[in-house]
Amino acid sequence: MNPHTLGCIEAGTPCCVPVPHLSIENLAVSYGDTPVLSDVSLDIYKGCITALIGPSGCGKTSFLNALNRLTDLIPGARVEGRLRLVDGANSLDLLDPGLDVRALRRRVGMIFQRPNPFPLSIRRNLELPLREHGMRRADALAHKIETALSDVGLWEEVRDRLDAPALALSGGQQQRLCIARALVLEPEILLMDEPCSALDPIASGVVEEMIQSLSGRYTVVIVTHNLAQARRIGNYAAFFWMRERIGQLVEFGRCRQIFDAPVHPATAAYIGGMRG
Amino acid sequence: MHSVPGDRLFGLALWGAALSVAAVFAWLFVDLARLGLGALSWDFITTAPENAGRDGGIASILVSTLLILGVAVGVAAPVGLGAAVWLNTYTRAGGGTGRRIRLALDGLAGMPSIVFGLFGNAFFSVYLGLGFSILSGGLTLAAMILPVFIRTVEAGLGAVDDGWRRGAAALGLTQSAALAHVILPAAAPAIGAGLMLGIGRAAAETAALIFTSGYVDRMPESLSDSGRALAVHIYDLSMNVAGGDTHAAASALVLVALVACANLLAVALSRRLLTRRLAL
Ligand SMILES: Nc1ncnc2c1ncn2[C@@H]1O[C@H](COP(=O)(O)OP(=O)(O)OP(=O)(O)O)[C@@H](O)[C@H]1O
Ligand SMILES: [Mg+2]
Repeated sequence: MNPHTLGCIEAGTPCCVPVPHLSIENLAVSYGDTPVLSDVSLDIYKGCITALIGPSGCGKTSFLNALNRLTDLIPGARVEGRLRLVDGANSLDLLDPGLDVRALRRRVGMIFQRPNPFPLSIRRNLELPLREHGMRRADALAHKIETALSDVGLWEEVRDRLDAPALALSGGQQQRLCIARALVLEPEILLMDEPCSALDPIASGVVEEMIQSLSGRYTVVIVTHNLAQARRIGNYAAFFWMRERIGQLVEFGRCRQIFDAPVHPATAAYIGGMRG
Repeated sequence: MHSVPGDRLFGLALWGAALSVAAVFAWLFVDLARLGLGALSWDFITTAPENAGRDGGIASILVSTLLILGVAVGVAAPVGLGAAVWLNTYTRAGGGTGRRIRLALDGLAGMPSIVFGLFGNAFFSVYLGLGFSILSGGLTLAAMILPVFIRTVEAGLGAVDDGWRRGAAALGLTQSAALAHVILPAAAPAIGAGLMLGIGRAAAETAALIFTSGYVDRMPESLSDSGRALAVHIYDLSMNVAGGDTHAAASALVLVALVACANLLAVALSRRLLTRRLAL
């Protein structure tokens, strides 16, 4: 496992204390009058990969969307509770209606289930967010683009065709381009909603390995239905479950603990289903 | 590959339908060409009409037509684009406002053009004091083509992948940046189609123009001069001028060519402007 993550600490005595990056208390999400998620409290630790698992419809996507206020785009969506982005002694209230969401989304990037590169050239896909955030110097742009593409292992594959349409890339390449597009803004946190589920096993493996290489540098929250994948890449895992049709966080802890010694019977049953 | 009898029948029916449509157009076109092709020449396009259009050409009429179309499209395109974007962005939740506006637009789209003519005459010519002028005619046509243009563009915007919108928002792009760089370019084909429909309808219009831009066949000197559009000219030649049939047919051929060119231009322009310029 990557030596820079807090992930290895469970192997021996803890060498460092996990630092919360996102602090979530009693978070609830509802659409119109229908609550879909309630009473979620957990800390997302800095530099760690937190895997969100749970059955379909239990509110994982809704939870993720609340973290970067993408719920603002959904008419009728309401988020309640406390949600703070912790930065040393400072903390930013993310549910503040007056919050600068553009600045927030620059710090908290997002990757979607279906790769969604813009119908532009590869270069333009990366340049657009940079330019829109005020970066215009050509050499700085080129440098950042190369760095981001290298970070996702795409540079060697596309360096000769940066002006080709992004939609001509394969699915796995498109997803890595989308990750690069998020990375190019130098975010602190990356939210990923089933980033591998639309990809074939090989592309999925490549993306997974790449995500793993991000741990330590970024705080990653990843939703996945692939429990083996959650176990492989997660440092922490959060298990969501539905009670009376409302999603809830049932268990949160070190990945190894969740998978090897789940406390809650529902977690045990869900994990057990994977084996059986 | 096997083909089921029912399938073959279905295929035949489709071919039959397509062929009969093509046949109608071919017949129409051949008829026009038989009558008018002889009168068609470079001189016909570049000289002024004489003797109520029986002799001479259509130079002044062509200029008036282009000016009227230019005003109509120049006004309808930006206004319609704005309205479509507004409808698509702010009235998506299936709320009452959006539904009522769409209903009103659909009603207007089906309105007979003579109603627009009367409206244009009352509003632009009389109330705004523009009189019988190319400006009145162009504005009236703009009002007439707006409903269909807005609905077409709006449908195009609605068909744009929502993943792009969410992706743009998640990158902290402003709504206007997402619109300019991603959404509108993706909707370029719909915008081109909307323009084509509008230009086609405007170029073919007679009723709405008789009351607004009039039928003076002199060369217009400014937008506030009256001017006779090609369709009006064709109508006048075939209805009111004995012996005007040949020139009516020749003018119709010019009109067909004009609409075809305008359509090609609209498609090329929306592609180029929206995908190329904004994308690179
Ligand atoms: N825009 C919306 N409007 C109304 N209800 C919604 C909306 N989006 C999601 N829901 C409902 O909220 C609940 C949680 O959905 P969500 O997409 O968050 O689940 P999920 O855990 O991500 O599921 P999956 O694993 O299938 O992606 C579901 O019952 C869903 O029907
Ligand atoms: Mg989901």
